[in-house]
Amino acid sequence: MTETIVNFILFSMLVITAFAIVRQDRLFTVVMLASVFSLLTAMLFVALDAVDVAFTEAAVGAGISTVLMLGTIALTARGAKPASRPNTLPLLVVLVTGAGLVYGTLDMPNFGDPEAPSNVHLAPHYLTNSIEEIDVPNVVTSILASYRGFDTLGETAVVFAAGIGVLMILSGLRHRRREDEEEEEDA
Amino acid sequence: MTLEFFIGHINYWLFIVLMMTGFYIVVACGNLVKKVVGLNIFQVAVFMLYISISKVTGGTAPIFPIDRMGKIKADPEIVYSNPLPHVLILTAIVVGIATTSLALALIVRIREAYNTIEEDDILEIDARTARAENIIHGEAMGGRA
Repeated sequence: MTETIVNFILFSMLVITAFAIVRQDRLFTVVMLASVFSLLTAMLFVALDAVDVAFTEAAVGAGISTVLMLGTIALTARGAKPASRPNTLPLLVVLVTGAGLVYGTLDMPNFGDPEAPSNVHLAPHYLTNSIEEIDVPNVVTSILASYRGFDTLGETAVVFAAGIGVLMILSGLRHRRREDEEEEEDA
Repeated sequence: MTLEFFIGHINYWLFIVLMMTGFYIVVACGNLVKKVVGLNIFQVAVFMLYISISKVTGGTAPIFPIDRMGKIKADPEIVYSNPLPHVLILTAIVVGIATTSLALALIVRIREAYNTIEEDDILEIDARTARAENIIHGEAMGGRA
Protein backbone atom coordinates (compact mmCIF):
# COMPACT_ATOMS: atom_id res chain seq x y z
CA MET A 1 0.00 0.00 0.00
CA THR A 2 2.85 2.41 0.87
CA GLU A 3 4.34 1.73 -2.56
CA THR A 4 1.09 2.66 -4.25
CA ILE A 5 0.92 5.94 -2.29
CA VAL A 6 4.56 6.81 -3.16
CA ASN A 7 3.89 6.00 -6.82
CA PHE A 8 0.77 8.12 -6.77
CA ILE A 9 2.53 11.17 -5.24
CA LEU A 10 5.44 10.95 -7.71
CA PHE A 11 3.00 10.53 -10.54
CA SER A 12 0.97 13.60 -9.49
CA MET A 13 4.18 15.66 -9.55
CA LEU A 14 4.96 14.30 -13.03
CA VAL A 15 1.53 15.29 -14.33
CA ILE A 16 1.83 18.80 -12.83
CA THR A 17 5.23 19.20 -14.53
CA ALA A 18 3.85 17.96 -17.86
CA PHE A 19 0.87 20.35 -17.71
CA ALA A 20 3.23 23.22 -16.85
CA ILE A 21 5.24 22.33 -20.00
CA VAL A 22 2.05 22.48 -22.07
CA ARG A 23 1.20 25.97 -20.80
CA GLN A 24 4.70 27.47 -20.80
CA ASP A 25 5.87 29.58 -23.77
CA ARG A 26 9.41 30.43 -22.69
CA LEU A 27 11.66 27.71 -24.05
CA PHE A 28 14.25 27.97 -21.26
CA THR A 29 11.52 27.19 -18.71
CA VAL A 30 10.26 24.34 -20.91
CA VAL A 31 13.73 22.75 -21.05
CA MET A 32 14.25 23.11 -17.29
CA LEU A 33 10.83 21.59 -16.61
CA ALA A 34 11.74 18.71 -18.94
CA SER A 35 14.85 18.15 -16.81
CA VAL A 36 12.74 18.16 -13.63
CA PHE A 37 10.42 15.68 -15.33
CA SER A 38 13.33 13.33 -16.04
CA LEU A 39 14.56 13.47 -12.43
CA LEU A 40 11.05 12.70 -11.12
CA THR A 41 10.91 9.82 -13.60
CA ALA A 42 14.19 8.49 -12.22
CA MET A 43 12.71 8.57 -8.70
CA LEU A 44 9.64 6.69 -9.92
CA PHE A 45 11.91 4.05 -11.49
CA VAL A 46 13.67 3.56 -8.13
CA ALA A 47 10.26 3.10 -6.49
CA LEU A 48 9.47 0.47 -9.17
CA ASP A 49 12.73 -1.48 -8.43
CA ALA A 50 14.45 -0.53 -11.68
CA VAL A 51 17.60 1.03 -10.22
CA ASP A 52 19.72 0.63 -13.38
CA VAL A 53 17.06 2.32 -15.49
CA ALA A 54 16.75 5.12 -12.92
CA PHE A 55 20.50 5.65 -13.08
CA THR A 56 20.50 5.88 -16.87
CA GLU A 57 17.45 8.15 -16.94
CA ALA A 58 19.01 10.56 -14.43
CA ALA A 59 22.28 10.70 -16.41
CA VAL A 60 20.87 10.74 -19.94
CA GLY A 61 17.40 12.28 -19.56
CA ALA A 62 18.16 14.93 -16.96
CA GLY A 63 21.80 15.46 -17.95
CA ILE A 64 22.76 15.03 -21.59
CA SER A 65 19.37 15.77 -23.12
CA THR A 66 19.03 19.02 -21.10
CA VAL A 67 22.46 20.17 -22.28
CA LEU A 68 21.57 19.36 -25.91
CA MET A 69 18.27 21.23 -25.68
CA LEU A 70 19.89 24.26 -24.05
CA GLY A 71 22.42 24.29 -26.89
CA THR A 72 19.59 24.15 -29.41
CA ILE A 73 17.64 27.06 -27.94
CA ALA A 74 20.87 29.07 -27.71
CA LEU A 75 21.33 28.52 -31.47
CA THR A 76 17.68 29.07 -32.43
CA ALA A 77 15.08 30.99 -30.42
CA ARG A 78 14.27 31.75 -26.78
CA GLY A 79 10.50 31.92 -26.96
CA ALA A 80 7.66 30.00 -28.55
CA LYS A 81 4.70 31.67 -30.18
CA PRO A 82 1.54 31.09 -28.14
CA ALA A 83 -0.79 28.67 -29.92
CA SER A 84 -2.96 30.49 -32.43
CA ARG A 85 -4.95 27.54 -33.71
CA PRO A 86 -8.04 26.27 -31.89
CA ASN A 87 -7.08 23.28 -29.77
CA THR A 88 -10.35 21.33 -29.97
CA LEU A 89 -9.15 18.91 -32.68
CA PRO A 90 -5.88 17.94 -30.89
CA LEU A 91 -7.84 17.53 -27.66
CA LEU A 92 -10.33 15.25 -29.39
CA VAL A 93 -7.58 13.14 -31.00
CA VAL A 94 -5.79 12.80 -27.65
CA LEU A 95 -8.95 11.85 -25.75
CA VAL A 96 -9.98 9.21 -28.33
CA THR A 97 -6.46 7.69 -28.38
CA GLY A 98 -6.37 7.71 -24.57
CA ALA A 99 -9.74 5.98 -24.35
CA GLY A 100 -8.51 3.34 -26.81
CA LEU A 101 -5.38 2.72 -24.73
CA VAL A 102 -7.41 2.47 -21.49
CA TYR A 103 -9.65 -0.08 -23.20
CA GLY A 104 -6.48 -2.00 -24.11
CA THR A 105 -5.33 -2.19 -20.47
CA LEU A 106 -8.61 -3.72 -19.23
CA ASP A 107 -7.48 -7.32 -19.71
CA MET A 108 -3.91 -6.74 -18.54
CA PRO A 109 -2.81 -8.55 -15.36
CA ASN A 110 -2.87 -6.55 -12.12
CA PHE A 111 0.06 -4.29 -11.25
CA GLY A 112 2.75 -6.30 -9.41
CA ASP A 113 1.14 -9.68 -10.09
CA PRO A 114 3.85 -12.39 -9.69
CA GLU A 115 1.80 -14.74 -11.92
CA ALA A 116 1.66 -12.26 -14.84
CA PRO A 117 2.67 -13.92 -18.14
CA SER A 118 5.60 -11.54 -18.55
CA ASN A 119 7.04 -12.63 -15.19
CA VAL A 120 6.72 -16.43 -15.41
CA HIS A 121 8.37 -17.41 -18.72
CA LEU A 122 11.87 -16.11 -19.36
CA ALA A 123 12.72 -14.06 -16.27
CA PRO A 124 12.94 -17.00 -13.81
CA HIS A 125 15.52 -18.66 -16.09
CA TYR A 126 17.77 -15.60 -15.90
CA LEU A 127 17.23 -15.19 -12.16
CA THR A 128 18.09 -18.82 -11.35
CA ASN A 129 20.85 -19.58 -13.88
CA SER A 130 22.75 -16.32 -14.27
CA ILE A 131 24.86 -16.87 -11.13
CA GLU A 132 26.26 -20.11 -12.54
CA GLU A 133 26.45 -19.01 -16.16
CA ILE A 134 27.69 -15.41 -15.90
CA ASP A 135 28.68 -14.91 -12.22
CA VAL A 136 27.72 -11.23 -12.00
CA PRO A 137 25.58 -10.13 -9.02
CA ASN A 138 23.48 -7.68 -11.05
CA VAL A 139 21.14 -9.66 -13.32
CA VAL A 140 20.42 -6.60 -15.48
CA THR A 141 24.13 -6.30 -16.24
CA SER A 142 24.50 -9.97 -17.08
CA ILE A 143 21.55 -9.86 -19.51
CA LEU A 144 22.62 -6.55 -21.06
CA ALA A 145 26.25 -7.44 -21.62
CA SER A 146 26.12 -11.21 -22.08
CA TYR A 147 22.77 -12.88 -22.87
CA ARG A 148 21.66 -9.94 -25.03
CA GLY A 149 25.11 -8.68 -25.96
CA PHE A 150 24.27 -8.40 -29.66
CA ASP A 151 21.32 -6.10 -28.84
CA THR A 152 23.71 -3.80 -27.03
CA LEU A 153 26.07 -3.92 -30.00
CA GLY A 154 23.18 -2.89 -32.25
CA GLU A 155 22.36 -0.05 -29.85
CA THR A 156 25.95 1.17 -30.13
CA ALA A 157 25.59 1.12 -33.92
CA VAL A 158 22.42 3.24 -33.64
CA VAL A 159 24.14 5.80 -31.42
CA PHE A 160 27.11 5.88 -33.81
CA ALA A 161 24.79 6.46 -36.80
CA ALA A 162 22.97 9.25 -34.94
CA GLY A 163 26.27 10.90 -34.07
CA ILE A 164 27.39 10.78 -37.70
CA GLY A 165 23.99 12.17 -38.74
CA VAL A 166 24.23 15.12 -36.31
CA LEU A 167 27.76 15.90 -37.52
CA MET A 168 26.69 15.82 -41.17
CA ILE A 169 23.60 18.00 -40.58
CA LEU A 170 25.51 20.58 -38.59
CA SER A 171 28.81 20.55 -40.51
CA GLY A 172 29.63 23.88 -42.09
CA LEU A 173 27.16 25.75 -39.86
CA ARG A 174 29.76 28.27 -38.67
CA HIS A 175 31.24 28.49 -42.18
CA ARG A 176 27.88 29.26 -43.79
CA ARG A 177 27.04 31.76 -41.08
CA ARG A 178 30.31 33.67 -41.70
CA GLU A 179 29.62 33.73 -45.45
CA ASP A 180 26.16 35.17 -44.80
CA GLU A 181 27.63 37.90 -42.62
CA GLU A 182 30.17 38.80 -45.29
CA GLU A 183 27.41 39.01 -47.88
CA GLU A 184 25.44 41.32 -45.64
CA GLU A 185 28.48 43.50 -45.13
CA ASP A 186 29.04 43.66 -48.90
CA ALA A 187 25.42 44.60 -49.45
CA MET B 1 -15.38 -3.07 -11.42
CA THR B 2 -13.98 -4.14 -8.08
CA LEU B 3 -11.59 -2.12 -5.91
CA GLU B 4 -8.84 -4.72 -6.45
CA PHE B 5 -9.14 -4.35 -10.21
CA PHE B 6 -9.06 -0.54 -9.85
CA ILE B 7 -5.91 -0.50 -7.68
CA GLY B 8 -4.28 -3.09 -9.95
CA HIS B 9 -4.82 -0.98 -13.05
CA ILE B 10 -4.68 2.65 -11.83
CA ASN B 11 -0.92 2.70 -12.53
CA TYR B 12 -1.41 1.91 -16.20
CA TRP B 13 -4.10 4.58 -16.54
CA LEU B 14 -1.92 7.19 -14.86
CA PHE B 15 0.83 6.46 -17.38
CA ILE B 16 -1.68 6.76 -20.21
CA VAL B 17 -2.64 10.24 -18.90
CA LEU B 18 1.05 11.20 -19.02
CA MET B 19 1.50 9.68 -22.48
CA MET B 20 -1.48 11.62 -23.81
CA THR B 21 -0.12 14.87 -22.33
CA GLY B 22 3.06 14.32 -24.36
CA PHE B 23 0.98 13.47 -27.43
CA TYR B 24 -1.05 16.66 -26.97
CA ILE B 25 2.15 18.76 -26.88
CA VAL B 26 3.35 17.11 -30.12
CA VAL B 27 0.03 17.73 -31.91
CA ALA B 28 -1.03 21.12 -30.55
CA CYS B 29 2.19 23.11 -30.04
CA GLY B 30 3.73 24.75 -33.09
CA ASN B 31 7.22 25.27 -31.70
CA LEU B 32 9.62 22.55 -32.81
CA VAL B 33 11.69 22.41 -29.59
CA LYS B 34 8.49 22.03 -27.59
CA LYS B 35 7.41 19.23 -29.91
CA VAL B 36 10.65 17.37 -29.15
CA VAL B 37 10.05 17.83 -25.40
CA GLY B 38 6.53 16.43 -25.88
CA LEU B 39 7.93 13.46 -27.78
CA ASN B 40 10.30 12.81 -24.87
CA ILE B 41 7.42 12.87 -22.38
CA PHE B 42 5.51 10.39 -24.55
CA GLN B 43 8.57 8.16 -24.72
CA VAL B 44 9.19 8.25 -20.97
CA ALA B 45 5.55 7.32 -20.33
CA VAL B 46 6.01 4.21 -22.50
CA PHE B 47 9.16 3.34 -20.48
CA MET B 48 7.18 3.65 -17.24
CA LEU B 49 4.50 1.33 -18.60
CA TYR B 50 7.13 -1.35 -19.34
CA ILE B 51 8.87 -0.92 -15.98
CA SER B 52 5.56 -1.18 -14.14
CA ILE B 53 4.84 -4.44 -15.99
CA SER B 54 8.12 -5.86 -14.64
CA LYS B 55 7.30 -4.94 -11.03
CA VAL B 56 6.53 -7.85 -8.67
CA THR B 57 4.75 -7.05 -5.40
CA GLY B 58 7.10 -7.48 -2.44
CA GLY B 59 10.02 -7.86 -4.81
CA THR B 60 13.28 -5.97 -4.90
CA ALA B 61 15.80 -4.84 -7.53
CA PRO B 62 17.31 -7.87 -9.36
CA ILE B 63 20.76 -7.66 -7.74
CA PHE B 64 22.04 -10.65 -5.74
CA PRO B 65 23.60 -10.05 -2.32
CA ILE B 66 27.31 -10.90 -1.86
CA ASP B 67 28.51 -12.63 1.31
CA ARG B 68 31.67 -11.81 3.26
CA MET B 69 33.82 -14.16 1.14
CA GLY B 70 32.89 -12.18 -1.98
CA LYS B 71 30.73 -15.02 -3.31
CA ILE B 72 27.34 -14.37 -4.81
CA LYS B 73 24.65 -15.77 -2.56
CA ALA B 74 21.32 -16.76 -4.06
CA ASP B 75 18.65 -16.58 -1.40
CA PRO B 76 15.49 -18.36 -2.59
CA GLU B 77 13.48 -16.37 -0.01
CA ILE B 78 14.00 -13.07 -1.81
CA VAL B 79 11.61 -12.15 -4.61
CA TYR B 80 13.15 -10.20 -7.49
CA SER B 81 11.48 -8.01 -10.09
CA ASN B 82 11.66 -9.07 -13.72
CA PRO B 83 15.03 -7.88 -15.10
CA LEU B 84 14.20 -8.33 -18.79
CA PRO B 85 12.09 -5.14 -19.30
CA HIS B 86 14.79 -3.20 -17.42
CA VAL B 87 17.37 -4.23 -20.04
CA LEU B 88 14.97 -3.37 -22.86
CA ILE B 89 14.29 0.10 -21.45
CA LEU B 90 17.99 0.77 -20.81
CA THR B 91 18.56 0.25 -24.52
CA ALA B 92 15.49 2.33 -25.37
CA ILE B 93 16.65 5.31 -23.26
CA VAL B 94 20.01 5.43 -25.05
CA VAL B 95 18.40 5.09 -28.49
CA GLY B 96 15.93 7.80 -27.41
CA ILE B 97 18.70 10.29 -26.69
CA ALA B 98 20.24 9.47 -30.09
CA THR B 99 16.99 10.30 -31.92
CA THR B 100 16.45 13.41 -29.76
CA SER B 101 19.87 14.76 -30.64
CA LEU B 102 19.22 14.11 -34.34
CA ALA B 103 15.89 15.98 -34.08
CA LEU B 104 17.56 18.92 -32.34
CA ALA B 105 20.26 19.08 -35.04
CA LEU B 106 17.50 19.18 -37.67
CA ILE B 107 15.84 22.04 -35.75
CA VAL B 108 19.10 24.02 -35.81
CA ARG B 109 19.33 23.40 -39.57
CA ILE B 110 15.66 24.40 -40.12
CA ARG B 111 16.19 27.62 -38.22
CA GLU B 112 19.21 28.31 -40.46
CA ALA B 113 17.16 27.80 -43.65
CA TYR B 114 13.85 29.41 -42.60
CA ASN B 115 14.95 31.74 -39.80
CA THR B 116 12.11 30.45 -37.60
CA ILE B 117 11.27 27.31 -35.62
CA GLU B 118 7.48 27.76 -35.60
CA GLU B 119 5.61 25.17 -37.66
CA ASP B 120 2.98 27.67 -38.93
CA ASP B 121 5.59 30.13 -40.21
CA ILE B 122 7.57 27.34 -41.93
CA LEU B 123 4.44 26.08 -43.74
CA GLU B 124 3.56 29.64 -44.78
CA ILE B 125 7.08 30.25 -46.19
CA ASP B 126 6.89 26.93 -48.06
CA ALA B 127 3.50 27.84 -49.57
CA ARG B 128 4.77 31.28 -50.61
CA THR B 129 7.89 29.79 -52.25
CA ALA B 130 5.78 27.23 -54.11
CA ARG B 131 3.43 29.96 -55.39
CA ALA B 132 6.36 32.11 -56.59
CA GLU B 133 7.89 29.13 -58.39
CA ASN B 134 4.56 28.32 -60.03
CA ILE B 135 4.31 31.86 -61.40
CA ILE B 136 7.88 31.67 -62.79
CA HIS B 137 7.19 28.29 -64.44
CA GLY B 138 3.93 29.62 -65.85
CA GLU B 139 5.65 32.57 -67.46
CA ALA B 140 8.34 30.28 -68.89
CA MET B 141 5.55 28.27 -70.54
CA GLY B 142 4.36 31.38 -72.34
CA GLY B 143 1.92 32.72 -69.81
CA ARG B 144 -0.71 30.10 -70.59
CA ALA B 145 -0.16 27.79 -67.60
